[in-house]
Amino acid sequence: MTDSEVHKRRLGRNVFVGVALFAFVVLIFAVTMVKLQAL
Amino acid sequence: MADLSARYTPREDDASIGDFFALMKPRVMSLVIFTALVGMLAAPAGLHPIVGFASLLCIAIGAGASGALNMWWESDIDSRMGRTRNRPIPSGRVTRDEALAIGVGLSVISVVMLAVFANILSAVLLAGTIAFYGGFYTMWLKRRSPQNIVIGGAAGAIPPVIGWTVATGAISVEPLLMFAIIFLWTPPHFWALALWKRREYTEAEVPMLPVVAGPKATRVQVIVYSVLLAISSLALVFTAVAGPAYTLTAIVSNAIFCWLAWTVYRRDEDTAIAEKYGAEKKLFAFSLTYLALIFASLLIDEALRSAGWI
Repeated sequence: MTDSEVHKRRLGRNVFVGVALFAFVVLIFAVTMVKLQAL
Repeated sequence: MADLSARYTPREDDASIGDFFALMKPRVMSLVIFTALVGMLAAPAGLHPIVGFASLLCIAIGAGASGALNMWWESDIDSRMGRTRNRPIPSGRVTRDEALAIGVGLSVISVVMLAVFANILSAVLLAGTIAFYGGFYTMWLKRRSPQNIVIGGAAGAIPPVIGWTVATGAISVEPLLMFAIIFLWTPPHFWALALWKRREYTEAEVPMLPVVAGPKATRVQVIVYSVLLAISSLALVFTAVAGPAYTLTAIVSNAIFCWLAWTVYRRDEDTAIAEKYGAEKKLFAFSLTYLALIFASLLIDEALRSAGWI
């Protein structure tokens, strides 16, 4: 495996972690809004 | 500023996202998601779709965390069995430390977030399930008792109960019967597999029932559990969650299940070997369809109820 391929794989992992964290924040926000509306 | 990249030496076999996903046993996760969803939707309580989705995600992540802990502990067994040799740890794509970190990290996140999104009861049930499967079953029971599958099956049976408690905040007879269905379904499902994979389990020194008690005793247990499964499955007909779709499905699918279990029970080992374990493979394959049909029919009845047709 070349350096380029290794870095490409690492980039894939980093992008996934970034997207997952963003989705987590959006989910927390959405649930907070739902719970606030229910009050 | 320090050059952080210099501290990390890229490994040629660095795991991809797919490897980490495989660590979480996605097929088991899909079963957990499906049965938890049924428990959630069948419950007589309105749940906001976003809260339901977030809770389901936590249950799925908790199940995945259990799977990662299971693979972390069992990597030695996995490397000795053909069926599991290509899993991320034995194949060298993921290290045991990575698997442990993912298992523990996701366990904590899933339980805490479920408490926030749904309620404490659901979070406690999820935490208990992870501890039971990842700890008690994987680390202690599996290598010590031929009843490993029976007792360990409780972990796989709890998701519809958690789904129900997410919606209602309480436990009642309906989710307990759903629990009983998966709990009693697990032994015949795995023993059918273990009957034709007996040699692999023997080599891996896992005391599955066919290894310890022999095929004949296992075949008796298969038919006994299949009858108990039919009884618990038909008992759900008399509760509020069941309707015509479930009733019809339960009658037909239990009849087929018991018939296939009967054919497994009747044959001796020589016949089974001569027929390349055809009956055992049929029972194993149908058991997967059975569970999908039983729980899908509960969803159909719920849809019919929502539409005001029943």
